[in-house]
Amino acid sequence: MENKEKEPLFSAKNIKLMTNPLGQDNPITVQVLGICSALAVTVKMKPALVMAVSVMIVVALSNLIIAAMRKQIPGRIRIIVQLVVIATLVIIVDQFLKAFAFDVSKQLSVFVGLIITNCILMGRLEAFAMANDPWPSFLDGIGNGAGYGMILVIVSFFRELLGSGSIMGYPVFEKIGLYKTGYENNGMMIVPPMALITVGIIIWVHRSRNKNLQETR
Amino acid sequence: MENLLNIFVKSIFIDNMVFAFFLGMCSFLAVSKTVKTAMGLGVAVVFVLLITVPVNFLLDKFVLKQGALVWLSDKFATLDLSFLSFIMFIAVIASITQLVEMIVEKVSPPLYNSLGIFLPLIAVNCAILGAALFMEQREYDNIAEATVFGFGSGIGWMLAIVAMAAIREKMRYSNVPAPLKGLGITFILTGLMAIAFMSFLGIKL
Repeated sequence: MENKEKEPLFSAKNIKLMTNPLGQDNPITVQVLGICSALAVTVKMKPALVMAVSVMIVVALSNLIIAAMRKQIPGRIRIIVQLVVIATLVIIVDQFLKAFAFDVSKQLSVFVGLIITNCILMGRLEAFAMANDPWPSFLDGIGNGAGYGMILVIVSFFRELLGSGSIMGYPVFEKIGLYKTGYENNGMMIVPPMALITVGIIIWVHRSRNKNLQETR
Repeated sequence: MENLLNIFVKSIFIDNMVFAFFLGMCSFLAVSKTVKTAMGLGVAVVFVLLITVPVNFLLDKFVLKQGALVWLSDKFATLDLSFLSFIMFIAVIASITQLVEMIVEKVSPPLYNSLGIFLPLIAVNCAILGAALFMEQREYDNIAEATVFGFGSGIGWMLAIVAMAAIREKMRYSNVPAPLKGLGITFILTGLMAIAFMSFLGIKL
């Protein structure tokens, strides 16, 4: 401990860990992780935001815990250990939501439980937390959770705005009088398939701006 | 019998795991490059679902639900362990996946090699846990219904991934805009397929 040079808590490297997943290394559009639950909760912005925050908390804390225990975990049973840690955290989040935000918890239904099998968690634990110290792992978790949440919020913003004409439940289109000019809500945006297509378009935009992310085939 | 058939058809087409709930998307996108591997993973998922859903159903019915432990002693009549369901389900799923992995390694080494990393990852395939949670939420009456539901969900998932793989094999010859190549076009394709699957909505046997 003595001779090891102490790194400042928010060194340039650590900041990068947090900001990279927002763009260059986004969990959804680049690493293809955690799509399962990302799409089903994006009809309205409120559940999407709650989901994003829940995932961020679980990723950050599980990264922290696993990184702290990583030297004690035998390699063969690490997946079970990881699952137990994640499942415990998810149970806490689920009980918390049931107690303090029951209506949102009802809307999310099984998808809170499905955070356990969210690939972001296992992916980040395997790829990062098993090989790094607790503090960088924590930041990596926050960053990846935020990157995931960002996509969720963007998708749900467009789906709610175009599908229900509101933002966070506030009827924007009605207030600016768009319906009087003959505008109708686009029912297509509410059905599940449009979430996939919206993400596809986000990927398109993202990759046409970052040429190095494009796939050759 | 009619009821079972109804659940079966419903879980394959109407409540399709991939197209209606987006479950199991990670492996769906990653393994759908060739029909052969897609088929292998599909069969593995069907098998795991066929076993885990009934096992989890029994677990839910006799251990976790409120008053489920009455068969042990009357004292437990008010005990509600359902908050433990996540951790119990995932434990069952992880161990059964391990079992399937061992069987596949023994019976078919080529399949084992081509599935590679994705076999252990079935444990964290959202479709498996999702089916268990939907089974709990929809409160199926008996084990037959739960089994049929698990089997149907698996078949639906397999159908989706094999269809996707077939389309992607053909796509190699089409001229996709560079930024859309790979992941982007796959998302849009899945969306279009999901729209097609929506036409099954409202079918009742």
